[in-house]
Parts: sequence; structure tokens; C-alpha cells
Amino acid sequence: MTDLAQRQVTATDLRASSPRRKLFDALFKLFLWVSLGVALGTLVTLLVDLIAEGWERLNSALVVNMPSARPERAGIQSAIMGSLWVVGLTALISIPTGVGAAIYLEEFAKKDRWYNRIIELNIQNLASVPSVVYGILGLAFIARGFLSFGFTVITAALILTLVVLPTVVIASREALRAVPNSLRDGSLALGATEWETVYKQVLPAAVPGIATGTILSTSRALGESAPLLLVGALTFVTFNPEGLDSSYTVLPLAIFRFISEARIEFRPLAAAASVVLLIILLGMNSIAIFLRNRFEKKLR
Amino acid sequence: MVTKTNTTLAPVSLKATGATRRRLYVQALFKGIFGLAAFLTVGVTVLIVLSLLVPALRFFSQVSLGEFFGSTRWAPLFEPPGFGVWPIIAGTAWTTAIALVVAIPCGLGVAVYLSEYAHRRVRAIIKPFLEILAGIPTVVLGFFGLYLVNPEIVQRFWPIGTVSTFSGLAAGLVVGIMIVPTVASLSEDAMTAVPRGLREGGFALGGTRREVATKVVFPAAISGIVAAIVLAGSRAIGETTIVLLVAGSRPTFGWNPGEQMQSMASFIGFAGIGDQPTGSTGYLTIFAVGLLLFVITFVLNIISIRIVRRFREVYE
Amino acid sequence: MKSRTIRLLALLGALALVLAACGGGADDSTTSSAAEDATTAAGEAGGGELEGDIVIDGSSTVTPLITVAAEDFQAENPAVRVTVATSGTGGGFEKFCVGETDVSMASRPISEEETSTCESNAIEPVEFIVANDALSVIVNPGNDWTTCLTVDHLNTMWSPDSEGTVTNWNQIDPSFPDQALALFGAGSDSGTFDYFTDEINGEEGAIRTDYNPSEDDNVTIVGVEGDVGAVGFLGLSYVLENEGRIIPLGVDGGGGCVAPSAETVIDGTYVPLGRPLFVYFKAESLARPEVGAFAQYYADNQESITETALFIPLSEEQSAQQQAELDAIASG
Repeated sequence: MTDLAQRQVTATDLRASSPRRKLFDALFKLFLWVSLGVALGTLVTLLVDLIAEGWERLNSALVVNMPSARPERAGIQSAIMGSLWVVGLTALISIPTGVGAAIYLEEFAKKDRWYNRIIELNIQNLASVPSVVYGILGLAFIARGFLSFGFTVITAALILTLVVLPTVVIASREALRAVPNSLRDGSLALGATEWETVYKQVLPAAVPGIATGTILSTSRALGESAPLLLVGALTFVTFNPEGLDSSYTVLPLAIFRFISEARIEFRPLAAAASVVLLIILLGMNSIAIFLRNRFEKKLR
Repeated sequence: MVTKTNTTLAPVSLKATGATRRRLYVQALFKGIFGLAAFLTVGVTVLIVLSLLVPALRFFSQVSLGEFFGSTRWAPLFEPPGFGVWPIIAGTAWTTAIALVVAIPCGLGVAVYLSEYAHRRVRAIIKPFLEILAGIPTVVLGFFGLYLVNPEIVQRFWPIGTVSTFSGLAAGLVVGIMIVPTVASLSEDAMTAVPRGLREGGFALGGTRREVATKVVFPAAISGIVAAIVLAGSRAIGETTIVLLVAGSRPTFGWNPGEQMQSMASFIGFAGIGDQPTGSTGYLTIFAVGLLLFVITFVLNIISIRIVRRFREVYE
Repeated sequence: MKSRTIRLLALLGALALVLAACGGGADDSTTSSAAEDATTAAGEAGGGELEGDIVIDGSSTVTPLITVAAEDFQAENPAVRVTVATSGTGGGFEKFCVGETDVSMASRPISEEETSTCESNAIEPVEFIVANDALSVIVNPGNDWTTCLTVDHLNTMWSPDSEGTVTNWNQIDPSFPDQALALFGAGSDSGTFDYFTDEINGEEGAIRTDYNPSEDDNVTIVGVEGDVGAVGFLGLSYVLENEGRIIPLGVDGGGGCVAPSAETVIDGTYVPLGRPLFVYFKAESLARPEVGAFAQYYADNQESITETALFIPLSEEQSAQQQAELDAIASG
């Protein structure tokens, strides 16, 4: 009887007992807030700094003008058009290839075969290769060497395709995996071939996820600078690309060039061009996220 | 009782005919095309290795391995040239180490907050900002590092020696900011994958939120967290543009991160812009260093996969 | 989550509005037609539409000059595509002598080796002097202990023997204070590099390697601007463009301190670092109408182009010689 009485538990016992634990709790929470603060604070500082420094040049002239040796009339039109050409081509080449590879790996490949496992491992590896290495590959085999396309738009697109391809494959695979198997089973049960199942059931269901993934990968291509440094995108180009074999420049490298210009008047241009680049990227990411949110519910 | 009539059934051929055969051909065709696409990815790796290996071998026929790994003077584009690779390895190590020192606590802190502490709505607001941070192009971060981080922070507060306009420290800090979203979102994924049951068990035993987060969830998600950190580390190792813009182009081999330095990746960028004559030793150096970089990130990737496999806790 | 999407779209929309509505202050009417300031009166190309590609590469010192010319020329001849890359004098010649470029910019004369490489590839370089330059030595505005350095000082500062040993200003001259030396300058692909090392260290390419090299002269400017003990070398146009951020020193080449300027270069007193800047055309390319027109355009507008780009113009003699060369090519 007395045991039971002694073992009566009061409500206060359920809260954190010692002041020591309370202190650690508070400190930990502080640490979390500081981490959050550093991450978000840096982002905000960066954006504010860019807008502040670039403010005077943030107008339509920036986008309409061509690069110039005279800072007062320099603009980024050729860089924007160059980026559109290069990234557009990259998307054109990398999306069919990447989605195709993903379809093969998810729908057709027998997962226990050794060659399929090598492909999987390989793609994972390629995703973590530094992008500048792809630039070296491009310099050796695409710009010079075997293909010898020179320092042109097609060279840049091929290199960026290699950079984003692993990501496209991985993202597409995730999207395909998210399609419930019941859909596939039902289709097969009704007599469709595997390909017909993929084509008529799985793919349409996975399209939003694939679209999101590919848009995000393509936006990464838009912001890449390192691989293209090696293949001539740093050139002073005052015209828009006219063909696959055109000289070109892209927005990140136009910014790089502005940073490298000695005259201090170019610094606001670098900031302003960065803002333009960020707006374009933000736009692309918003579209991707919008697609993801819009269609996420449908599969449930 | 059913009388079994002795009907011998003719064997039914399972071979496809007519329309079905056509459909199967179509399937085989697409399977082939997509399979080709998948095999192409292997081809890419082969190409990378070839494009690096062949010139690198030519490089090593001109420069001995002994000098490459034995000397500490890195001046491949000068006369007389120096091909000791350690200064740029040191530069890479410094920038990566500083980046991880920044990104690991910050990224994990954000991850724990998002996964264990934050309201659904707070998460919904913060995650997009993280994604924005993740999407900032490296050239923009380089601008930030060169014109804000270095002059306002490093040059002002770093106590050792005089900090020049370019410093490895500023570059490392900015690379750290670059990889925070990688650490944060991958770690958060790992933590949210831990089943609620484990958490609730922890709470039931009287743990506070901190204790459950640090003693239950974190260890349970450790394989994913380590994989996130290794991935972030290999991104930091390979980062070119930020280091090129912010750390300068003078390879140093010392103990002061406030000095200028050159990493392996930023050397490749530097030499690439300068456009060395094809075939010269300076040109071949790009490939030798590229090969080294590729091997390092490859090994790191294998390690990361091994760690995930070894320590992954499979639930249900 | 819908709220997330809405938030993002709102942010995007806000930014777009800001961009469109305001304008910050810069003149909206500046367009890419550079016709206003460029002297288009003289040197007008003939009535027919010129078209083609002109590929230019080479020295970063000469680049600011040629980009002005290229831009103005293209404004008048929109069907001509001119690209200007900056691979350094050495890199430029490399490409030139294998036929990849039409024009090579150089801040030093073409070497014998390069000429023979060109000849073995059937490329004939035609040399033009496009401007003069004072290779300047710059220091930080906080440098209050010297306004002039002798060639000996510079040699001590930059010599290969000083690598790792000379790290302080007081080792250059005992009267200088105890201040760490930070060195910035052109990289080895640069003609500026070749010229400087030749004149100061006695041999082209001979230099200590523990300095901060770059093909980007902005790196030199920014580097020197950010460090009290810094010193760098680059072309005068970069100095004039960035007055106040860095200070050019006088150089004593044996005849007393001479400050770098247009006058001291043309009259020859800024020694040993006064030099001409070159551009080499491929003879084959010069035969093409658009390239020939470009060369003539430059010759006709040389003065205003060098003025815009803050370069030292040609002397009367050099200008006359240039025109004579052009005439010879046009007729011959």
C-alpha cells in the first residue's frame, strides 16, 4: 500500500526536470536559430547588396544594349540571347536523352543485371563530378580534338548537356518511381505491352514530376560558368547567336567579364546583370514548383 | 460425374501474331533506343576518363611523378616551371575545410530545425528560401565574396598577417554558404524519413525535443546525414568560379588561410581562360590536375555510397 | 503548398514590377547604336553592305582599344560580326599562327619563333602599331613612402632570385618602412609580362613566381587597391581609367624620375617602360573587304578611338607610317 502511495506521479514530473536540461534545451534552440539566421541572413544580405549596387543600371537599357567597351552603354542582350540559345539547345538534347535513359532504367531494365547496376552507379558518380571536368572534356573532344566544333554555341550546349544529364536522369527516375504500381499492373493485366503501359499510363502520370525535374536541371545549366570558361564564352561578343556555329557568350560569363573589367563603372553592371540572372532563375524555379504543387495531389 | 472425354488439345502456340507482333516490335524498338540512351551515360564516363587520361599520361612523360608529388613549387605557366602539386592541393584542402566548418553546423542546424521544430507553415516559408540560396549561380557568389565578404569581413577581422584583396578564407566562407542548402536539404530528408514511432517513443520516455532530436532522430538518420556532408564536401572540392574570383591566383603553401591561394579547380579555370597553346606542358597540366580532381571526387563518392549502405537503418 | 507557390510568384511579380516601373536613374535612351559619339564622318565604308566575321584575339592590354574600334565599326556595318577574345599576347599568337584568328593583338612585337611558326603554316602577319603605352608601376594610395622607383628597385622587387626572400618594402630600400610586399601583375601569357620582365629583369619571362598573376588587369587594380603594401604593373590605360583607386609611380631609368604619361612616352623620356602596342593582321584576311575596311576604319578614327579608350595616341610619324602601309596594301 505504502509503495503505491510513494509511487504516485505528479504532473510536474513530466516536464523537463533539471535546470541543466532546460539550459541545454535553450542553448540548442539558440544554436538552431543562429544557423537559420546565418543561412537566411546571408541570402538576404546578398540580395540586398546586389540590388543596392546594381540599382542605377537596372533598367530596360541593360537588357536591350549590347556589351560595350564604354560602361555607360554596356548591356547584356547578347548574353541573354546566348544563354537562351545554349540552354534551349541543352534542354533539347538532354531531356529526351535523360528521360529515355530513366525510362529504360525504371521500366525495362532488370535491376539485378550487372550492366544495369553499373549504369546506375555510373550516373550517381557523374552527378558528383565537378562541372569544370566536363569543361575539360569539352575542350579536348568537342571544341578541339574529335569533333572540333570550335568555341561555338553547339559546343557549349553539348558540354552543358553532359553536366545536367545525370540530374535529369535521377529526377526523372524519381518521378517515374512515384507512379503507383497499381497503374502499371492494371494496364498489363488488360493486355498492354510494357511499352504501351509506359507510353499511355506511366508517362502521362509522371509528366509533371519529370517536367519539374527537367526545368530545375535546365535552370542549373543557365547558371553554370566553370565549364564554359574553358571553351571561349568569355569573349567580347556584340551580336546574338545566328546558328549553331556562332560565337557566343552567356549571362554568367558576361557577369564574370564585368567583374574582370578594370573600370569601376562596370561593377554596378555586374550587380545588375546578376539581378537579371536571378530573376530568370527564380522564374524558372517558380514554374517548376508550381507544376509540382499543382499536380502533386492528383496521384494520391 | 463428368466423363473425361479424351480430347487431346493441340499445343497452343504462344508466339505472337499480327497486331501483337507489331506491338512487340515497337516495344523492342523503344527499349533499344532508351537502352542506348542509358548506355550513353556510361560512354560519358569513358570519355571523361579518356579525355583526362591520355593527355595526363603525356604530361607525366614530360614531368616526373616524383616532381609532381615531391615538390612544393607550383608554377607551371612560368619559366622555369615548377610542377609540385602540393600548393594547389593545400589550397583545395583549405577552402573545403573552411567551407565544411561553416556548412556543417549551419546546415545541420537548419535541417534539425526544419525537421523537428518548425511548424508546417514555417517550413513552407523557409524551404523556398533555401531553394533560392541553392540556386544562386557561383559567379554571383563570387561577386559577393570579392566585394563584400573579403573587404568587410575577412580583411577587417582576420588577425593573422595582412589580408590582401583576395583570400582563401573569404573563398572558403562563400563556398560554405554555397553548400549549406545541400547539407540542409539532404539531411532534412534523411531526418524526416525516420519514422514517427521512434520519435514518439523518445517523447514517451520523457525526452525533450532537443533530446529526441539529438539522441533519437539524428543517430537514426546518420547515414543520410553523412552522405549529405560527403556530397557537399565533394561539391566544395570541385568549386571553380568562386575560388577563382575570390582567392586569387597565387598558389601558396602555408598555414594562413588569410593568404591568397589557388585550388585545383581554380587552377584549371585560370589556365583555361589564359588558353595555353595546345600541346604545351602548361596545357597538359590542365589535364593532369583534372585527372587528380576527378579521382578524388570519384573516391569520395564511393566512400559515401559505402557509408550509406553500411549504416543505413531500414525501417519496416 | 499553395501558399508557397503564391509567395514565390508574388516575389517574382514584385521584382518584375520594380524592374519595369522604376529605372533607377540611368539614361533610358542610350541604345546600342553607338553612332552618337563615334566619329562616323571620316572613314565611312563604301556604299555596299559589308559582311563577314572578324575574329580577334590577344593581349589584354590592347583589348580595351580594339573593343572600342570593333564596337563602333559594327555599328556602322551591322552585317559584320567582330568578336574579341583575350587570351594574352602569347595565346593570341598561338591561335593566329594556326589560322584560327584574323587579327592578333600584342603588347610586344611578334617574336622570331612565332614568325617562323606562322610562316610554316603559310600565315603572313602584317604588323601595325595601334597606340603607345606606358607600362606603369602602381601602388596603393596609402603608400606614402615613395613616388618613384629606380630600375634597380624594380629588379630587386621582381627578380627570380627574390622569390621567397624579398618580402618586405624595407628590403627594397632601407628608407622604406616595414611593410609586407604584395605583388600583382600580368601572367605569363601576356605581352605586358614579356615586356616588363625583359626590361626589368633582363630576360623575357624571368620573374619570381610568388606573385599574384592574372590575365585580367582588373585583378591587378583590385589587388593593389585593397592592400597598402601592394604593387603591380600594367598598361597606362588601366591607370587612367581608375584614377584615385591606385597611384602610378615615376620610374627612374637612369635619367631621373619620369612619371608615365602620353607626353613622356611619345617624347621618349619614360624609359625603359614606354612601348608601342601592336596589332597583326593575317595578310590573307586583309584581302577580304570587311577586314580591310576595319583596318582602314581604325586608321581613320585612330585619334578618337585612342582617346575614348584612354590610350596614348600615335605620334605623327607613326600615324603617317600606318597610313602608308595601308595604302601599300590597298594598292598592291
